[in-house]
Amino acid sequence: MPAASLDVRQLSAGYGPTIVLEDVSFSVPSGARLSILGRNGMGKTTLLSTLMGLNRRYSGEILVGGADIASLKSSERARRGVGLVPQTRDIFRSLTVEENLIVGIKDRPRSVIQEAYEMFPRLHERRGNLGWQLSGGEQQMLSTARTILGRPSVLLLDEPLEGLAPVICEELMAAFTRLASSGEMTILLVEQRLESALDFAESVLILERGRIAWQGTSEALRADQGLVEHYIGVGSLH
Amino acid sequence: MAGVILIIAAGLAGYWLFPDNLALLTRVIAVALLVLSLDLITGYCGVASLGQASLFGAGAYAAGIACVNGVTEPVTLVAIGAVAGAMAGLLMGTIMLRAHGLAQLVLSIAIVQLFHEAANKASAYTGGSDGLAGLMVSPLFGVFEFDLWGRTAYLFGLALLVVVFVVLKFIVSSPFGMLCRGIKQDPVRIRAMGSYVFPVLLKMFVISGAVAGTGGALAAISTQVVGLDSVSFELSANALVMLVLGGLGTLYGALVGTVIFMGFEHVVSAINPFHWMTMVGALLIAVVLAAPGGLTGLYETLLGTGKRAKGGRT
Repeated sequence: MPAASLDVRQLSAGYGPTIVLEDVSFSVPSGARLSILGRNGMGKTTLLSTLMGLNRRYSGEILVGGADIASLKSSERARRGVGLVPQTRDIFRSLTVEENLIVGIKDRPRSVIQEAYEMFPRLHERRGNLGWQLSGGEQQMLSTARTILGRPSVLLLDEPLEGLAPVICEELMAAFTRLASSGEMTILLVEQRLESALDFAESVLILERGRIAWQGTSEALRADQGLVEHYIGVGSLH
Repeated sequence: MAGVILIIAAGLAGYWLFPDNLALLTRVIAVALLVLSLDLITGYCGVASLGQASLFGAGAYAAGIACVNGVTEPVTLVAIGAVAGAMAGLLMGTIMLRAHGLAQLVLSIAIVQLFHEAANKASAYTGGSDGLAGLMVSPLFGVFEFDLWGRTAYLFGLALLVVVFVVLKFIVSSPFGMLCRGIKQDPVRIRAMGSYVFPVLLKMFVISGAVAGTGGALAAISTQVVGLDSVSFELSANALVMLVLGGLGTLYGALVGTVIFMGFEHVVSAINPFHWMTMVGALLIAVVLAAPGGLTGLYETLLGTGKRAKGGRT
């Protein structure tokens, strides 16, 4: 499935009666990368979950490749090309690495699993291990690979580097960059590590209390230390 | 493969060691098929049921009714039982999968009670509370008579068990089986990966029904009578107990649980006809407390190979 543009228009969402996201609008061109920043609890994860159809949308449109998917269930959205690598990784702990990947390939031939092993050779080494036996980094690789095997046109990455050792973070970011460079998918990255987020994407969106507080290029944000300190925190950028 | 050889060896050992108890051993095989069928939806899909005897009874009554109406060839009767069980599984799954958790469990109880009542009321076809008697089954392959000692029935049952077990091993190891295990662990994630949960679970219900129906047909053929007990809540509850005792989600656990439970019940009830239920209860409490993963889980833990169990729900 080729990369698709993503247009979010006046999106409001939340949990039960609690509104978390309010009037969020932004666009990401086909094949582009967007980093989503903000302090904890500002609605970043809720935004990705809402795009995936995992929590309640109150109003607004979500267009993937021009088609509105906002009223579709998560399984339909996935089939329309939206793929989420969740913050919680959500690998199947009682399945082996290979079995986890097989569940992710849907109707594609089993041989496509090699693509995952090429992306993360470590998974090939541990293909017979069960999910719970993997380290945090390996679980993140597995979660990412499993989603990518579904050939998403819009990939949503929710804090993929959280709690991981620097060397693993570098390995993962290199893989994400390779994916992005291929132009085969539009990528949204939610990330607390500011440097990584700015290095990865051309454009940035900052969420503040469920609303978009700032949108612009990575370069513009990098150049404005005051903006960074105001919305993200003192000393985030070195 | 080793497991299949073990089942065959244990089955043949039973044949030689307990020639006077082949009727009981055939009943164990029939119930083992029921417990295997329950393992498919509970152990592999996470759908708990206290109404699995509906599917077993559907197979038993279908085979029994066919038999008294002139279809006496045993393999055909088993096929009829399997189809009836699969259809009952389709119906049961369609109803049960609309709910979740406790409501799902209650629905399963309601379904088995309805099946029980239907079998009771349709006495013109089922014999009602007297049971459906007078099944005259033809010799197996036109050669092997179903004798008084139950030799043919037992060996036929053992062959059925082996075939069903091999097929189920293939199914649970297939991508479909992996998807079921994924659904059991995290249905939300499965949906977010683009898979549909309901059709997958419904398919497993149909397969489960076919297996339970096969067990029911075997019970009908071997005892030549079908009673209301084959579609009872008690049998459903016992099946769940046997599965928990043996261990969920391994297939072997279903077999071990059935053999241990029914064997223990048989021995203890002979030793103490008044308090044997107390001893069965004590066994269950001991196993559940000492080995939450069942006897197969305990075995794996002792061997240090309990990898799947340690990973959380299997």
